[in-house]
Amino acid sequence: MRQVIGAIILSGCAGAAWAQSDANTWSTLQRGLYLTRVGDCAACHSVEGEEPYAGGLGLPTPFGTIYAANITPDNATGLGEWSQDEFYDAMTEGVRPDGKRLYPAFPYTHFTHVTREDSDAIFTYLNTLDPVRNDVESPEIPFPLNVRTAMRGWNMLFFDEGKLEPVEDKSEAWNRGRYLAEGLAHCGACHTPRNMLGAEKGGNAAYTGGVIEGWFAPSLRGGPGGEGLADWSEEDLAEFLRHGRNGRSAAFGPMAEVVEKSTRYLSDEDLEAIVAYFKDLPFGEVDGEAAEPVAEDDPAMTAGAEIYATQCSACHGPEGEGVAGQFAPIAGSSLAQSSDPTTVVRMILEGARAVPTEKYPTAQAMPAYHWKLSDEEVAQVATYVRNAFGNAAPAVSAGTVADLR
Amino acid sequence: MSRILPEREVVIVGFGWTGAIMAEQLTEAGMDVLALERGVWRDTSTDYAVNNAQDEVRYRYRDELFEDLSRETLTFRNTSDQQALPMRMLGSFLPGTNVGGSGVHWNGQTWRFLPSDFQARSHNVERYGEDAIQDDMTIQDWGVTYDELEPHYDYFEKICGISGKAGNLNGEIQDGGNPFEGWRSSEYPNPPMEMVAAPLKFRDAARELGYNPFPGPSANMSQGYTNPLGVQLAPCTYCGFCEKYACGNYSKATATTTILPALMRRENFTLRTGAMVLRVEKDSSNSRATGVTYLNTEGEEFFQPAQMVILAGYITHNVNLLMQSGIGEIYNPETGEGQVGRNYAYQIMSGASVFYDDDFAVNPFVGAGALGQVIDEFNGDNFDHTGLGFIGGGYIAQWQTNGRPIESHPVPEGTPKFGAGWKKAVRESYNHTVGVGAHGAVMSFRGNYLDLDPTYTDAYGRPLMRLTFDFKQNDIRMSNYLTGKVAEIANAMGGREVSVSPVKTPYDIAPYQTTHNTGGHIMGDNPGNSVTNKYNQSWDLPNLFLTGAGNFPQNPGYNPTGTVAALAYHSAKAIREQYLRNPGPLVQA
Repeated sequence: MRQVIGAIILSGCAGAAWAQSDANTWSTLQRGLYLTRVGDCAACHSVEGEEPYAGGLGLPTPFGTIYAANITPDNATGLGEWSQDEFYDAMTEGVRPDGKRLYPAFPYTHFTHVTREDSDAIFTYLNTLDPVRNDVESPEIPFPLNVRTAMRGWNMLFFDEGKLEPVEDKSEAWNRGRYLAEGLAHCGACHTPRNMLGAEKGGNAAYTGGVIEGWFAPSLRGGPGGEGLADWSEEDLAEFLRHGRNGRSAAFGPMAEVVEKSTRYLSDEDLEAIVAYFKDLPFGEVDGEAAEPVAEDDPAMTAGAEIYATQCSACHGPEGEGVAGQFAPIAGSSLAQSSDPTTVVRMILEGARAVPTEKYPTAQAMPAYHWKLSDEEVAQVATYVRNAFGNAAPAVSAGTVADLR
Repeated sequence: MSRILPEREVVIVGFGWTGAIMAEQLTEAGMDVLALERGVWRDTSTDYAVNNAQDEVRYRYRDELFEDLSRETLTFRNTSDQQALPMRMLGSFLPGTNVGGSGVHWNGQTWRFLPSDFQARSHNVERYGEDAIQDDMTIQDWGVTYDELEPHYDYFEKICGISGKAGNLNGEIQDGGNPFEGWRSSEYPNPPMEMVAAPLKFRDAARELGYNPFPGPSANMSQGYTNPLGVQLAPCTYCGFCEKYACGNYSKATATTTILPALMRRENFTLRTGAMVLRVEKDSSNSRATGVTYLNTEGEEFFQPAQMVILAGYITHNVNLLMQSGIGEIYNPETGEGQVGRNYAYQIMSGASVFYDDDFAVNPFVGAGALGQVIDEFNGDNFDHTGLGFIGGGYIAQWQTNGRPIESHPVPEGTPKFGAGWKKAVRESYNHTVGVGAHGAVMSFRGNYLDLDPTYTDAYGRPLMRLTFDFKQNDIRMSNYLTGKVAEIANAMGGREVSVSPVKTPYDIAPYQTTHNTGGHIMGDNPGNSVTNKYNQSWDLPNLFLTGAGNFPQNPGYNPTGTVAALAYHSAKAIREQYLRNPGPLVQA
């Protein structure tokens, strides 16, 4: 607390950015901190081991690497000279005070839904941080996209600016959940597939799963077969967002960080609201039909069964049943049966570590097998886990494994 | 000249079981705790992954989890009239290093001592008269009772998720458990492990002979478990890599798998690895510890001031730190004066192997460190010692710990030591041999002690610890008596032949026996017979506490970890509830 007060006095002395002194109340600050977490700003704007929010994290996009901005109140390199209005414009229109356009790696396509009040609270909170001098690198984007005015055209095509009108026949919680999920929490940034120009697909394609940092962020809609969240209950989803795991799965990869830095802080009401919104999404039309299981006597399946027994069954169980709350069951797993096998294959190659949380402090990990299994063997065991124990999903080829390795 | 660091409320030296227990208990009470560990950070998922943890060469034979004798070791001799020589290879015992300490590579056999064990002297004198204490025996009562430790045993068992069957619930004897054990306030948190063929053979033979076999209390999980700190343990897979190994499956309770996940999240806790503590510093009046001096891995020296110092290293290191720091008087076996280094004790092991023909398959590779059946008829004072010429005892057990291919190849007597004949015997015996062991107490004696070696020094220029130890008549008689009982059961197990291995004397530090070294900073009821009081608080410096088996005045016939942990919780409770309110001696001398 003492540090926060110190920071307020400091930035108060610094003057310029602190014009709206009436915003300087504890409740506004606390709301700002909360919303900053809901928005998971730290995920992109902080570098592990460096000063928080000082930016500099490289975000690889299909068009080149973009470096997250320094959002501490440093005058020269951060938001120190920004006004509350300018911050709101950047959030909701993707335009900097100097008129330059931001790349949509900064999710203004979502933040455009954020209310003025919430934006101001975030800005107020960010102004209490210690100013950090950190001149972030310019984006490595090739011509013509490096001409930021090119983003005007992109915006014309893909940017729906403005607020979400409440849907009358939905509950207050649903509308709140939609406001958070579509806006600050920007869930679609990972879970919605993108088009050729990097824009999230709309309509029924939204939340049907996307690839992020080489992981497949699963569908949040549910779908045929074991796809998506179809058989997750509301409690399952709430438990997952709050504590990083439930009886079915544990958060790992980028989602582990989301739980750790963001969703675990959600208030009970907001958590309930987000769950209500997602559990109400209609089923997606993912790849049409449910997959037929690969035949048990397929050579990949028999080889996979042997690898599974020797390498996997100690934790995941001889029948793929897992260990409740510790090691994920494979039988019925939506992740194992996901239409896109990227995550399954990467899990086997690289392993993954569950996020430790207050309720589940043990960070169980799946070990890496890249050193132990060949491409062929990884493909066989991946095919096996996708089609054993009542599961069904397309076979995985050694080529797919080689590409991901 | 050492750099002086900001003062901390508590500094803990050594970060194994008791370091973690003390840190957890004291941070929970709101204290600011810094732990110093000479080794490195180690965790299950990053260092002991399930797909590479079972590596005999790396762990057993290249000592990856054990301490590095090229930096620190001890010198050894059997008796005071011999010249002690440095132990240059690990053998008889295997102290650990790195985060988790020796507790990383234990088997998980988790016992409580008998109530009478805590009154070793007064109980035996009362029952058998003064003559029972013979051969310069220096045993004594602990100053703490079983009843005082019971809640702490109970809590530790819940932290670990011990698998077992109670034999005495609040004084009521229970079927299927150990009828000789002290009362327990609750059943074990997990049911016993699933028994395999070899322990069942032992169980049936022991029952035939009228004994009461029961499943060994095990820190290997019989099912998935969440402990009171919210930390999770997974069901054991019976892979047979416990002792000398870290568990890759989160299935063996260690500080790393039961306490650290919760402790490391606490903001009032700091762990500093690569910190080699050289000595405890005292104020000029010799009345308080002021902190510790340590070296980092670059060889830079630091002084870490602290309001309280807890020595939680392995016993030889705790004793060594006392001696190097000039705390207390070093024991002199001639005069019997001095307490530091006194009453070093160990464990005395013997056994038998039962060899079967092809019709009985053991599948020894289906094992776990504490998977077994035990009888306790001959432990402590569970039997009448009148006329036997010794006191004490031990348990007799069949533990199916492993069938590890390099280490485990029992062969019958008369087999050649190498060559085709040996290989043939290994092939024939590997899957058809069952071992039965006696795990015996070692009393304390005038001639068994630790002091500083006059000749050899460690990598830091300090004199090496010198160990003087041999098995004495009381314990050899006891062991031979137990070995007779072992042979009796082994012969009843229906094998083709039995080979009996009595204890070998004199004590030899080269072959592995057990990592159950005890004593040297023993506890007691007054400064004239001990280094610490019943709360393991130094009599000399009231803000110095010592944890571990170094506190044992003598070594009862059980594995020590359960009691080591119970003493640490007992000590932490006294710090929290008494010392914090009124810092000073918790027992008036």
